[in-house]
Amino acid sequence: MEFFVISLLNGVSYGLLLFMLSSGLTLIFSLMGVLNFAHAAFYMMGAYAAYSLGLKIGFFPALILAPLVVGLLGALVERYGLRTVHPYGHVAELLFTFGLAYLIDEIVKVGWGLTAVPFRVPAALHGPLFTVYATEFPKMRGFMMLVALLMLLAVYLLVTRTRIGLVIQAALTHPHMAEALGHNVPRVFMLVFGGGTALAGLAGVIGGVAFITSPSMADSLVPIMFVVVVVGGMVSLAGSFLASLLIGLIQSFAIGLDWSLGGLLDALGVAVNAHTPLYSLLKLQLSAVAPTLPYLLLVLMLIFRPKGLLGTRAD
Amino acid sequence: MAGVPSKLRYRPFNLGRWLTWGLTALVMVVLPQIFTQGYAITLMSQMGIMIVFALSYNMLLGQGGMLSFGHAVYSGLGAYVAVHILNLAGAGKIWMPLSLLPLVGGLGGAFFGVLFGYVTTKRAGTTFAMITLGIAVLVDTWATMSRAFFGGEQGVSTDRVIGKPFLGITYGPGVQVYYLIAVWCLVSMALMYAWSHTPLGRIANAVRDNPERAEFIGYDTQRVRWFTLIISAFFAGISGGLSTINFEIVTPDVVSLSASGGVLLATFIGGIGFFFGPILGAVVFSFFAVALSNYTNAWQFYLGLFFVLMVMYAPGGIASIIVMQLQLIARKRFWRIAPHYLAAGASGLVLLAALILTVEMTYQLSENSANGTVMNLFGVNFDCAKALPWAVAVGLWIVGGILFNLARQRVARVWGEIQTELLQARA
Repeated sequence: MEFFVISLLNGVSYGLLLFMLSSGLTLIFSLMGVLNFAHAAFYMMGAYAAYSLGLKIGFFPALILAPLVVGLLGALVERYGLRTVHPYGHVAELLFTFGLAYLIDEIVKVGWGLTAVPFRVPAALHGPLFTVYATEFPKMRGFMMLVALLMLLAVYLLVTRTRIGLVIQAALTHPHMAEALGHNVPRVFMLVFGGGTALAGLAGVIGGVAFITSPSMADSLVPIMFVVVVVGGMVSLAGSFLASLLIGLIQSFAIGLDWSLGGLLDALGVAVNAHTPLYSLLKLQLSAVAPTLPYLLLVLMLIFRPKGLLGTRAD
Repeated sequence: MAGVPSKLRYRPFNLGRWLTWGLTALVMVVLPQIFTQGYAITLMSQMGIMIVFALSYNMLLGQGGMLSFGHAVYSGLGAYVAVHILNLAGAGKIWMPLSLLPLVGGLGGAFFGVLFGYVTTKRAGTTFAMITLGIAVLVDTWATMSRAFFGGEQGVSTDRVIGKPFLGITYGPGVQVYYLIAVWCLVSMALMYAWSHTPLGRIANAVRDNPERAEFIGYDTQRVRWFTLIISAFFAGISGGLSTINFEIVTPDVVSLSASGGVLLATFIGGIGFFFGPILGAVVFSFFAVALSNYTNAWQFYLGLFFVLMVMYAPGGIASIIVMQLQLIARKRFWRIAPHYLAAGASGLVLLAALILTVEMTYQLSENSANGTVMNLFGVNFDCAKALPWAVAVGLWIVGGILFNLARQRVARVWGEIQTELLQARA
């Protein structure tokens, strides 16, 4: 029971962090058709910006300011980079963001060094929030969940309840009509790209403080972020929310379980020992293959349900 | 192929083609006789390997329109298959001449191409790109975890000197390995060029340009993509086998995402629209990776910036820039625009100097700060904590920026004039 509760909490908090990242990616993709390869790089920029700003103005002001800085940079990238490439099509845009991710990685290495920077949890968030069966649940994790939920609420209200949200929705489904009605669709693109990267920046501040702020923090997230978006169905915010939680839970539960195929056969009454064929495969424990599970999920999903959990289109 | 008269393509003896291939072969034979230093041989060997790899990648991206983020999976797994076979041969368990080892790598690559390709090629476009990324991460994660086949993080090492010397060739010295790589490189180049003229190569182009119409004339687009990928994986595997021979060690790095990203960068920089583009790209990329990395730790930054600029301003790569100039030369207009190119190039150099100065000083202040703030750039010693070098950098940025912008406008204007003239002359 203890294992279950702790894994559940960890899984949900990690899933919410993934959602902070993938929501921006989904917004950008659904509006512009651009799969932003550099999204995780903006996440990393958020962490580094908050670290540098935090040294001067403290953590909480930096939590607000760093995403704004990242969002501004994102808007500039859209205006002066992506828009130039747009006429060449989606593959060129993907290549541009790929190169951008590469470049941001290198800028971070040149600017802040190759090793991790000491970006620490602020004093106010030290210590446990509550205790479940002798295991402490840290305040930082709780704060992470709170920020993610607030952000979810804010994005939801912005998209459904405000004027700019309505224009975004219109530009999403009928870009030409929205343009004909006098809305500046390219500016909407710029705002959405800036907003999406700002969300990534916010996730970066939280992720950087909760885990580690190093030049490799983006690399490990790029593939998993794409898994979330594909599994969620590419264009659906609700889908990417579900997929984020699913992957967060898979990760946190798999790490703690020592189940294996051999164990399953044992339980079914088939004797498994070192002489059984494929023994090395059978003895592999779930915890050992945990890092590969999201990608297996991705491959299976693309084979059996290519439109994703809540998606509408197959490619 | 409208616009190309058939007599040009089906002459019994195509002199131009024989000259091009003959000259390429000659250059490959002669180069190590001129540059005999071990360092140059290493660089050229890696270029040869990268040329095969980049050309195989362009089979997907350029010919088949498939953007893959996981092509190193095939070259890397090919390299692993080759290293295990080589070790078995070294232990005397099987008979396997080293000269044919790249073929083993190629068959290994093709095997995994059949396996993974079946899954990845079900989709095209952006989704294809993402599945390849997923597969690449899957293989990469397995490679670092599994000891039996991949040898864990240390990888699998080997010794390429096996069996008795044949005609004095032991493959011990680097130059002998270079010639082995050169032969395989040339053969692979010729085969891949020939492939692009086969019916499959042609229909791959059709599937790239308009999958729907290709389906309507009776082709299964998924199968075309799959077959293309298998052949591409075969050649990628050959490059993997060559790298096994060259480095005598295979680590999980060969299947990593950065290896896949590297070949994408190389191919695109060279140009995906022309057969010879990836060859140029591989040469430039190897130069960045092998030569420039000796001088600066920020070489990947320069490479990335170069790539982004290419995507934005020259999406056809270096090859397309060259072909555009060749057209001007053929129409005797090149000398009119050449002075403006010179001006743009000179002001571009000022900007490049500003960039290098800024990047290297920043690097010295951050990562290299343990070594103090005094640094040496282009033979000049200076202290990058002082204001003067930064003022110089800012000055270079401003001057270079203004001059380059002026020169760029000139080039664009003259270019436009020439194009109008040519159009009028044709009308």
